[in-house]
Amino acid sequence: MPEVAVRKRLSSVEEIFHEGGPRSNPPLRRAVALAVIRNPYAGAYVPDIASFMDDLKPLGLEMAKSLVQALGGDAKTVEGYGKGAIVGSAGELEHGALWHVPGGYAMREVLGGAKAIVASTKKIGGPGTRLDVPITHINAAYVRSHFDAIEVGLADAPRADEILLALVMTTGPRIHARVGGLKASEIKGEDGLR
Amino acid sequence: MKANIRKIAVFLEETQTEMDRPVNPPTRRAAAVAVIANPCAGKYVEDLSELMTIGEELGELLTQKAVAALGIPGNHAESYGKAAAVGENGELEHAAAILHPKLGTPVRKVLGKGAALIPSSKKRGGLGVPLDIPLGHKDAAFVRSHFDGMEVRISDAPRANEIMVAVAVTDSGRPLPRVGGLTKDQIKGEDGLR
Repeated sequence: MPEVAVRKRLSSVEEIFHEGGPRSNPPLRRAVALAVIRNPYAGAYVPDIASFMDDLKPLGLEMAKSLVQALGGDAKTVEGYGKGAIVGSAGELEHGALWHVPGGYAMREVLGGAKAIVASTKKIGGPGTRLDVPITHINAAYVRSHFDAIEVGLADAPRADEILLALVMTTGPRIHARVGGLKASEIKGEDGLR
Repeated sequence: MKANIRKIAVFLEETQTEMDRPVNPPTRRAAAVAVIANPCAGKYVEDLSELMTIGEELGELLTQKAVAALGIPGNHAESYGKAAAVGENGELEHAAAILHPKLGTPVRKVLGKGAALIPSSKKRGGLGVPLDIPLGHKDAAFVRSHFDGMEVRISDAPRANEIMVAVAVTDSGRPLPRVGGLTKDQIKGEDGLR
């Protein structure tokens, strides 16, 4: 059972007041939690990697809780989420896929059973690689006002034998959302889609 | 508030290991960045006092945000730095007007002290431009373990008529400092240098 060795973390919060239109009060908040961990499978093809998903669960939970904290501490204010991973050059894309279960379920647990699939993306990259983490509404993936993305990254990560793991949460729609589609107020919230 | 703030982003970075050696306690640095409208964009303005006033406001606000992210009392901060990136319709001198005349006093007020010069950098750039905020010990500029820098960027800033203003504060120096020089326990803290 490989240990989860964290080298560094980054948390960031954006408060968006306006984007040329009416000022929003309270501002939209978007939070990011990043953890840079050693990739236990770097440098060779390892057939059986799935057990590492369990090892990552405590880290996922910790990051999800830190996001709620960063957004003010009340899970009820969280409306959007997403996740992603950047795998260093000595690893495989499949290593990034190890984050789906522990990252996604941690956020749902902390948010009290969010219904929508957690939007995600992943890539292989070097230090300084940027990743656009997609965001959707936590209970209904089709809510158009909540389609969003946050760019994340760290100047010195991931090194070749590392993985950069990302979770993101937001408190609402895009700051001046006005292109129609399913509204958050119209959600049935049964199937995670509408 | 005189500044028209579009968004504020706060970053908190924590390094827990370096080359597999534990960094104990972890080194932590925080940066708060405001994206504001540049009232002098697009034309030559002789009197930059409006920007100086904005610098004063942001000095207090951003230092408070950075210290809050670190979760420490202001007087526990160890190093600091400031930086600004001016969008393409502005002048480098606009960054200077924000950073140099009035921003430092409120920074020092929030941190209790701050005998040393606040190291700074500035540039003109487009959206997503990285800002390397130089860091130095707040009471003695020659403390070698605290010579450092923190990279921040915001993917959608600065727009042409905006300025990104950053203040960084740490509760520590580099992760495993070992290149000698003045150490923090040798500080006299009188002249801001040693």
